[in-house]
Amino acid sequence: MRLHFALAALVSGTGALLVLAGVTPSAAQETHVHGLSGRAAAGKKVYQRFCIGCHGPDGDGAGENALWIDPKPRDFTLAVFKCRSTPSGTLPTDEDLFNAMTRGFVTTNMPQWRPLTAQNRVDAIAYIKTFSPKWKTLKAGTPITIPPEPKVTIQSELHGRELFQKLECWKCHGPTGHGDGPSAATLTDNKDRPIPPYNFSTGSRFKCGVTNQDLYRIFITGLDGTPMPSFADDIQPGEAWDLVHFLRTLQPFQTEEATVWKTWVANHGSELKPIGPPGGGQ
Amino acid sequence: MASGCGQGSGAGRWSWVVSGAVTGACLTLALALSGGRSRAYTAYSLAVHKTKAIPAFARKYGLPCSACHTAWPELNSFGQAFRDNGYQLMNDRDSPIWQNPSYFPVTARITPNLHLERTTHQAVDATPGVAGPPFVERAISQSGFDLSGMDLWLAGTLFQNISFSLLPSSNNLAQFHFENAFVRFDNLGNSRWVNVKAGKFELDNLISEKRFLFLSNNGGLYQSYHFVPLGDATNFGLGDNQLGVELTGHSQTSYSRYGVAVLSSTEGQPGLPGGKSFDTYLTLSQAFDAGKLGVERVGVYAYVGQRPTIAASQTSGGTAVAGTAAGDKPFYRIGAAGDLFFGDLEFLPFFMHAYDDQYLATATPANGTLPAGAQNATWNAAFLEAHYYVSPQLVFTGRYETVRMSSQPLAATPTNLGNIDAYSVGLRWYPFMFSRAGLSWHTEVSFAKTQGAYPLSGDGIGPPLAPALFPSDAVWSTSVFTGLDFDF
Repeated sequence: MRLHFALAALVSGTGALLVLAGVTPSAAQETHVHGLSGRAAAGKKVYQRFCIGCHGPDGDGAGENALWIDPKPRDFTLAVFKCRSTPSGTLPTDEDLFNAMTRGFVTTNMPQWRPLTAQNRVDAIAYIKTFSPKWKTLKAGTPITIPPEPKVTIQSELHGRELFQKLECWKCHGPTGHGDGPSAATLTDNKDRPIPPYNFSTGSRFKCGVTNQDLYRIFITGLDGTPMPSFADDIQPGEAWDLVHFLRTLQPFQTEEATVWKTWVANHGSELKPIGPPGGGQ
Repeated sequence: MASGCGQGSGAGRWSWVVSGAVTGACLTLALALSGGRSRAYTAYSLAVHKTKAIPAFARKYGLPCSACHTAWPELNSFGQAFRDNGYQLMNDRDSPIWQNPSYFPVTARITPNLHLERTTHQAVDATPGVAGPPFVERAISQSGFDLSGMDLWLAGTLFQNISFSLLPSSNNLAQFHFENAFVRFDNLGNSRWVNVKAGKFELDNLISEKRFLFLSNNGGLYQSYHFVPLGDATNFGLGDNQLGVELTGHSQTSYSRYGVAVLSSTEGQPGLPGGKSFDTYLTLSQAFDAGKLGVERVGVYAYVGQRPTIAASQTSGGTAVAGTAAGDKPFYRIGAAGDLFFGDLEFLPFFMHAYDDQYLATATPANGTLPAGAQNATWNAAFLEAHYYVSPQLVFTGRYETVRMSSQPLAATPTNLGNIDAYSVGLRWYPFMFSRAGLSWHTEVSFAKTQGAYPLSGDGIGPPLAPALFPSDAVWSTSVFTGLDFDF
């Protein structure tokens, strides 16, 4: 009899809890990624559990931990995001935000939130979009088109090296990609906080991805809120791939780009003109 | 504070009720006035006797406790991945060189509390002060303010992909032991499927007893993890930390996990006190992204071990030589478990089938003669635990657990001797939630009914009188607990 009573209590209690769990307030703000729809009301719970400590209750990047974090957390009220597939100055797509949350940001306190369910992440993004009125008045930009990657050749890499000089990438990233160019120490972000350029020699992942396509996207869209501009108006798609191929040679990896480059440099290294200011390059 | 409940006065009972009510009211007021309405929302945990959570990690990474814990100390899927990565976020900032030099990864946890324990069918002297026999049965009650044991935990990374844990833990009399001490190497060969840990550590149980949400004497343990039949000499508990080496691996999300451990057959006791044999523990689990429901994990496990039945095969001057125990006999524990979410509602189902060789089950030396009717002992155990997360700062808990003997060590023993039914309900409220420390007001009521035997909680003074109570009467052991579980 006692057992029956206990079972009845357990079943009824469980039923009550299930009813409670199923009650979810409706949400106006929605996101759509990979066939999933996210709702701000559900995302608020995710945000409060995982994000609020850094990004703050108002999404302004002023969470209680922000003081101790470098670089500082993203200020969602500005709706300015580094990693986008959309042109510079436009809002990112839901998928861009989803990818950023999933991937995290290397060398920062923003971890990969991949272990959360995709639904959790889509919901969180819906809530993040409530922090800025831009999401109500503007539409996300149209993602850029990335042409197929051409074959890696020494000609492509040498042309990429010329672009590295011509576009003055070296001023920030340094002649050898160590992030030690003459302007490096003066760089600031959109909140006037110091920000270092990427150091290719560390082999660290790029903040906005790891593939050649990601690298291509970075200098076509630029990294909004940072000194890294968009080069969409300065170079042709083919040239952008040349730059990608050359930049890969600056990283300490055994890649196809590095192999092609090292083979050529072994015999023709003396033919390279130094990178840097005219007359003073390395 | 002990009193015979059967003889206890009404005034005694009322004093406990009144003190409990006053304490509860004071705690509520104090917590509410001191930040219970804080805008900070994190969740993190620590528990009374053996559960674990590490604010040192929260401080290191600036993440709220609730990032890694459903309600501390229980891990969520993100916390599981963090742990599987060797306590690293994998953001190229995990090595200590990136930390402020003054950062010291230490955590302390203890739980001041008020609790009541009551156990029925205890044999006491018929006349207090006059040693029995004769004995009489009494229900024994104890209550009052108390302390839990204390954990003083250091854990962190020594270098990229090399981490450590050192946990000196004490009982509430400050008698210390090493609850765990290990070094782990992660991502060997740049593969997250190859990680090695050596030292003393918690078994890779899908449902951790070290990071669960119950603290009272009767609820603060899984009966299934520690039960052995009456008279059984096997000193093994699935919830106990063991000494050995463990190979683990996991997918990027830690949704797929495996573990293989080789362990000394010493129940985690240092100093080589037993024999020379080794145990093996295998675990496999797979989680699924169930969308709005959450992350659902199911897994299986198998612990196959041996224990010596001869205390020492060598003596010197008649004294046993440590480490020479012999006459190993086998036992195993196999089963399945799950961690299932339905939104804010979590269920933790667990099942175990257990086997002890007849020599172990009857505590007979392998070179001795088995008692008449001796047989291998087998039993089944299961529990279903439920958590409802109202918010990262409030969780309600409940659990039902059962242990059923299927084959007693002696054929003549009644089948139900030792059977257990245990019930727990409780709640944990975290008045603030942030990344530096944690505090939980923990309240819990737990009951354990043990058929004709001494409760696993250790409450009471011993087994019931035999044969009058043996084995038809059930011993009920009750815990009522409220305490301040803090973790810094």
